[in-house]
Amino acid sequence: MVSALFGGLLAGTHWSDASMTPDLALDLEGGTQIILTPVSENDERVTEETIEQSIEIIRQRVDASGVAEAEISSQGGTNIVVGLPGEPTQDTLDLVRESAQMLFRPVIVVTAPTPDEVAEDAESASDEEAAATDESADAGATDEEGASQDEAVQDEAVQDEATQDEATESSPEGDAEGSAVEPTDPSDFAWVTDAVLEELGALDCTDPANLTGGAELVGEPDEPVVACGADGSAKYVLGPVEVEGQDVASASSGLRVNAQGIQTTEWATTIDFDGEGTRKFRDVTTRLLSLESPRNQFAMVLDGLVISAPQVNSIIIDGNAEITGSFTRESAGTLARQLNFGALPLTFVVQSEQQISATLGAEQLQRGLLAGLIGLILVGVYSLVQYRALGLVTISSLVIAGLFAYGLITFLSWAQGYRLSLPGVAGLIVAIGITADSFIVYFERIRDELRDGRSLRAAVDEAWRRARRTILISDAVSLLAAVVLYFLAVGGVRGFAFTLGLTTVIDLLVVFMFTHPVMKLIARTRFFAEGHRLSGLDASALRSGVRYAGRGRVTDPSQRGGRGTSPAAAPGLREGERSEQTPVTVPVSSGGPRMTIAERRAAERRAAQPSVEPEGDADRRDDGKDA
Amino acid sequence: MATRMSQWGNDLYTGRRSYEIVGTKRRWFMLAGAVLLISAVLLGVRGLNPGIEFRGGSEFMLSGVADSEEQPAIDAVASIGDAETPRVSTVGDDMVRVQTSQLTDVETQQLSAALASAYELESNQVTSTFIGPIWGQDVTEKALRGLVIFLALVSVVMTVYFRDWRMAAAAVVALLHDLVITVGLYAAVGWEVTPATVIGFLTILGYSLYDTVVVFDKVRENVEHTLDQRRYTYAEMANLAINQTLVRSINTSIVAVLPVGAILFIGAFLLGAGTLRDIALALFVGIIAGTFSSIFLATPLLVWLREKEPRVAEHTRARLAERRAAAGVTEGDVAAGAPPVRVGALVPGQHLGARAQPRRRKQGRPPGRTS
Repeated sequence: MVSALFGGLLAGTHWSDASMTPDLALDLEGGTQIILTPVSENDERVTEETIEQSIEIIRQRVDASGVAEAEISSQGGTNIVVGLPGEPTQDTLDLVRESAQMLFRPVIVVTAPTPDEVAEDAESASDEEAAATDESADAGATDEEGASQDEAVQDEAVQDEATQDEATESSPEGDAEGSAVEPTDPSDFAWVTDAVLEELGALDCTDPANLTGGAELVGEPDEPVVACGADGSAKYVLGPVEVEGQDVASASSGLRVNAQGIQTTEWATTIDFDGEGTRKFRDVTTRLLSLESPRNQFAMVLDGLVISAPQVNSIIIDGNAEITGSFTRESAGTLARQLNFGALPLTFVVQSEQQISATLGAEQLQRGLLAGLIGLILVGVYSLVQYRALGLVTISSLVIAGLFAYGLITFLSWAQGYRLSLPGVAGLIVAIGITADSFIVYFERIRDELRDGRSLRAAVDEAWRRARRTILISDAVSLLAAVVLYFLAVGGVRGFAFTLGLTTVIDLLVVFMFTHPVMKLIARTRFFAEGHRLSGLDASALRSGVRYAGRGRVTDPSQRGGRGTSPAAAPGLREGERSEQTPVTVPVSSGGPRMTIAERRAAERRAAQPSVEPEGDADRRDDGKDA
Repeated sequence: MATRMSQWGNDLYTGRRSYEIVGTKRRWFMLAGAVLLISAVLLGVRGLNPGIEFRGGSEFMLSGVADSEEQPAIDAVASIGDAETPRVSTVGDDMVRVQTSQLTDVETQQLSAALASAYELESNQVTSTFIGPIWGQDVTEKALRGLVIFLALVSVVMTVYFRDWRMAAAAVVALLHDLVITVGLYAAVGWEVTPATVIGFLTILGYSLYDTVVVFDKVRENVEHTLDQRRYTYAEMANLAINQTLVRSINTSIVAVLPVGAILFIGAFLLGAGTLRDIALALFVGIIAGTFSSIFLATPLLVWLREKEPRVAEHTRARLAERRAAAGVTEGDVAAGAPPVRVGALVPGQHLGARAQPRRRKQGRPPGRTS
């Protein structure tokens, strides 16, 4: 079993070693520094507060992508400096670089994604119908939406084109005329000016280049924009911004629960607006509900791309909107994540992106590791002195725990993006103590059981039963700390929680899978079971005093834990040690039923004056084989 | 040494040798209280010295640097009398970034000049700006929220496990004690508090609870049937638990402190200021405080809380009265007190006194007759 474990461990470390040494964090390895500058026409939006919000959101995004500890701070009051460890992947860079501004805009026109002058023919209308039903996940109930609804959508869409054509025809002078017709609300067709239409016609949403999104596509909040659906299946003319991303308090995804409280098999994304968002969203839904399709849809625009354009089915007054439709588990989750993390109050552009060296000198890590090594050696020496041969069990367990930790960290840095920072290294060094404590608790328990007079094999079993409880509850407390902090905290604290959890799990694994089996094995060896002086389980040291061993026998620990040693030989051999072992008080051995007063006195005398030659009747007490 | 230690462990286990810790709890409470008070006063008067990471500071960018050594920058910052170690990194190929604590305009100009001369640059190759905190308010807030939730949860877990809310309360008090002392020491030493320090504080939090739980688990085992036996009082059983785990506590804290001490030594004396030193000091003090509080604060506190419970108080009174009676001390002569009792694990094979013998069930019945 142990060899199997060894094999597994070695294979594990070997395999993960193949993917190099663990990745190091920003403080030890350096990384990439990205400076972000907000782009905003009106400067009053760039305040300390909005910068702070942006930092918080970027930090959440980086944290969500793994456990890399990023350094994020403001610079000069307007810029944001993001330090990412190592060479971040494209995905991580995108998370930071993409401004990802989330805006809610009303839909005015939906057309086919291909570039077209004006979508008029039947083909594009049906495309559009498909787009409208596929792309727009409808809010709330879906039952009413049957085939007839599809028809209706199509009809209205065609009708929209007509209206829109009329509108354009009626304003031949373009922009000047368009602005003369003052839009009354954000869904008004008056927003669709010639310029907008031209833009719409020119936009090709089937071109992947137009589907990457970006800060330049976001547009002004009080102007209409033309946008592509994120999957390239439709393009939209959208009214001015009505609700902003930061009005979203939270978003989550899950299986939809219907009005009866029964979970359905339909995936849904739930949005929870904050106070202001609730008010704004109520106004929007009130207005949109009475409008015809597609103007009863609102679009969630992330970086200038429409990620979802659900239809309004009811007025949302409590700020809790539910979006359902053709979601899968992944797409519902993605939408929720985009809604959660996508709500940057500002739009940023990357000003510079450069390599940055480690913020701490390389010597810090070297010295730290050196210190750890010195500490480990000291621990090894100490446990050898304290526990003699048992110390070897401690040391080998610690070595295994260390290999385990190294392998796991290497594996996680490869699989999960975990990065080891200097505080992490220090945490690992402290973990030596906590891991060793599990062994110490266990060994002390074994000694306690030996003191109670058990044989080593019985003592190991009994001690394990008791020590296991202690180890489990104390590690459970550590694990609880790790889990709570990992899920609730951000930044460096999260990294700490990860390390703590990791070392605790390793501690448990090593104690259960290695130390205990090894103890069980060595309990069978003569060296330990007989309590050799160097075994750390020296019976004579642990069981001082003459002890009644039941069935009329008395054991004398000076004779190797009561094994049948010749009483005549024992005192002479171990004179020096026995004088040290002389009990301070003489326990009154209660006479067994078959022990005479004379015998008892003899036993007492022997215990009190070890150098006295044993008397002839001593053979009574040397047969405690099963003690 | 080991022999003596295990001999000592024997004596502690059997109660032949015993340290009265619960009985002298007033002394320990006062000691802990005094240290706490000093720490709190230090915190209040001197306060903590948060690093650049918490407060933000000034940032200098040196462009076109030929030799991107870090030391000249550190020397330059020291030359204008700024005590804090700057964070120096190279950016790109030929730029050096120097972050210092918040400087005044005059200091900024001085440092710009000093940096320019240190790296042999034109003055226009050094630009300065100010930089916000890396460890922002939101990180602190979220960490605190996480901590509060953790403490609430762990109290519930411990209450359920030990089936006693007092143990959870005592453990949390011990934890706060350790944290305040560690933080207070930082105030006393005046070292800069960096994120590494905070991580150190958090590690201490974990260690302190862990250690207390280990000791409490032994206490739990010992006191489990206290009220069903008539030999020892609750306080004596708890004290025995401390004594029996004493060897373990000492071994564990030495094993935990050795590596940390090595880091502290190397960090503080060979490296000077830096992450290692910051974290190692917090850990070193915290581990010692954590071990101390588990033994001398948490358990006596637990006993004090339990003895307020009528059942336990009644049990204790009854035991003491019995002992006085057994020793022939009259009720009135309370000053004489009960004779000291050797409290230890019950070792088979020793005479436990006449009272341990089974009693005759009915006094008047003639022997040898079955009903």
